[in-house]
Amino acid sequence: MTSPSPAAPATEPGTAPAELIGRSPGQLMRRRFRRDRAGVVSAFVVVFFFLVAVGAPLISMVYGKDPTTTYGLNETGLLNQFGYPVQPNGGISGRFWFGLEPTLGRDVLTQLAYGIRTSLLIAAAATALCVVTGVLVGVTAGYLGGRTDYFLGRFIDLLLAFPQQLSFVAFTPVVYALFVSPEKETPTYLRVLTLILVLWALGWMGLARLLRGQVLSLREREFVEAAKVTGASPWRIITRELLPNLWTPILVQSTLMLPTLVTAEAGLSFIGVGVVEPTPDWGRMFANGAKYYESDVTYIFFPGLAMIIFVVAFNLLGDSVRDAFDPRTRR
Amino acid sequence: MLRFLARRTAGALVIILLISAITFFLFFALPSDPARMSCGKNCTADALAVIHKNLGLDQPVPVQYWHYMAGIFTGRDFSVGHCSAPCFGYSFSNQQPVWGTIVDRFPTTLSLTLGSAVVFLTVGVGFGMIAAAFQGRWPDKFFSSLSLIANSLQIYFVGIIALAVFVTGLHWMDNPAYYPITENPAKWFTGMLIPWLVLSIIFVANYTRMTRSQMVEQLSEDHVCTARAKGLGHRTVFFRYAWRGALAPIVTIFGIDLGSLFGGAIITEFTFSLHGLGRLAVDSVGQTDLPTLMAVMLISCAAIVVANIVVDAAYAFIDPRVRLA
Repeated sequence: MTSPSPAAPATEPGTAPAELIGRSPGQLMRRRFRRDRAGVVSAFVVVFFFLVAVGAPLISMVYGKDPTTTYGLNETGLLNQFGYPVQPNGGISGRFWFGLEPTLGRDVLTQLAYGIRTSLLIAAAATALCVVTGVLVGVTAGYLGGRTDYFLGRFIDLLLAFPQQLSFVAFTPVVYALFVSPEKETPTYLRVLTLILVLWALGWMGLARLLRGQVLSLREREFVEAAKVTGASPWRIITRELLPNLWTPILVQSTLMLPTLVTAEAGLSFIGVGVVEPTPDWGRMFANGAKYYESDVTYIFFPGLAMIIFVVAFNLLGDSVRDAFDPRTRR
Repeated sequence: MLRFLARRTAGALVIILLISAITFFLFFALPSDPARMSCGKNCTADALAVIHKNLGLDQPVPVQYWHYMAGIFTGRDFSVGHCSAPCFGYSFSNQQPVWGTIVDRFPTTLSLTLGSAVVFLTVGVGFGMIAAAFQGRWPDKFFSSLSLIANSLQIYFVGIIALAVFVTGLHWMDNPAYYPITENPAKWFTGMLIPWLVLSIIFVANYTRMTRSQMVEQLSEDHVCTARAKGLGHRTVFFRYAWRGALAPIVTIFGIDLGSLFGGAIITEFTFSLHGLGRLAVDSVGQTDLPTLMAVMLISCAAIVVANIVVDAAYAFIDPRVRLA
């Protein structure tokens, strides 16, 4: 667990330069972060994934293919009579860099880029909502204490007792049904919205509970007492005294939350309650891979490798951010 | 101790009741009609109404909820027959009382859970102990990086790769499937081996990291220092002193993991086509089979809550400093 960093660790022995220059905690954090090689590399990898997600249409344009065209069906000679790529290794060639999807013959590279785009969008939106909710609830419970704290705490307990994965699976169709009647096709944006809402509803409690604990201990510290004595409003105390001390856990937790939500979303699409065809999705590529692995295991290779790299990079980044913010905690 | 158990059990019952109510009411938002399923193709409005009445679907939702919950303890009578005491309703997509399906499916989930628990506990804790014993040297770095990578693996990827390599590639074993241990223990073992190993990978990482950090922390404690100072051997200090202190948090997490697994490991069961509780839940969502879904939800929720209580009680036994209020 992280502990709150002191308000201004400017006089820390190891990092203070010979001539004393005043540095803000943020500057110090950036300096420490830049020296952490694993952190910098993983930060680049993470940025790369976000660029792929944002720039998927650009990739598709430069590369000259799109994720929905069924190349294998439109042209003969790409797929054999069983629907598998004719060329070895899943049809990897100079034209289709990551190969072709069996049966439909779509391009794997653009499928993956657009799939990352879908999954990352959903996870990022859900993470943002979770963090906002977690901060609001956690700080409110910790700061107000008493009855508010008790009821918010019991509410969190209740939500934590929900079997998470099972609830995602069970409640996603319920939320779909709230939006559209089952006879009609659910539009893609509503599916995406539903997934965001479901992931959000059961995702924010961990952060809220963590922040509540932090606020409880911070509330008793002298600088908060001092602010109270000088007549600062609760709003000012929360935003100017408490929140600056909470950035570390918030940032670290959200860095760790995003990959778990990406994998959760992918898991939902894998078992078929998430995003459906024809929208490309990272998780559904695994579901397709499960169908084709006996004859063409290459197809699942690229989405799988991409996901491992993505999650490793995010976990390393989370650790590095924690170290940079709070050099006293050692892994 | 008794007071603690009574208080926690009461709290657990409240939580289970609330969750069952939330699930029940939310699922009624789904515009599905179980009566239509049992009615068949040549369904008339009259026949539908009769079935509605027989199933009690014409009553308001809270009344239906009450009947459902009461039925668990007293049993219920449906037009299709009597459903005896642990009656979790009648599933029309499976054409039998839900409890029968649960009893059919549970051994699969139980085998999967217990088998992989054995693997991830021994391997994870073992790796963690080795890493802690060689702190800062290459075994530590090796197992720490291993756990970082293992932590980033996904069952739906590793599982399929494992199938592709060991089943279709090398033909070392058949497709994973559940065989009752009472009939053929060898087949049971080989059928579940791949699911056990794959499911464990996700947990091993966590246990390695936790064991390592707990052991490292314990090894720098005063009582360990004292034990060393009075000349006890490395092994005694490591296993009798540090390990005892490191045990409590590991047991906690283990209990919670075990509890959440009893409700069915959805992705694992899906990947390996094992028909356990998790798979049952996914299928019943697809068929809007509310009674079945409710039953799985209740069971897995109860497993989580019970696991939490057991863990808290076990804490007091493992660590005598803990007092249960």
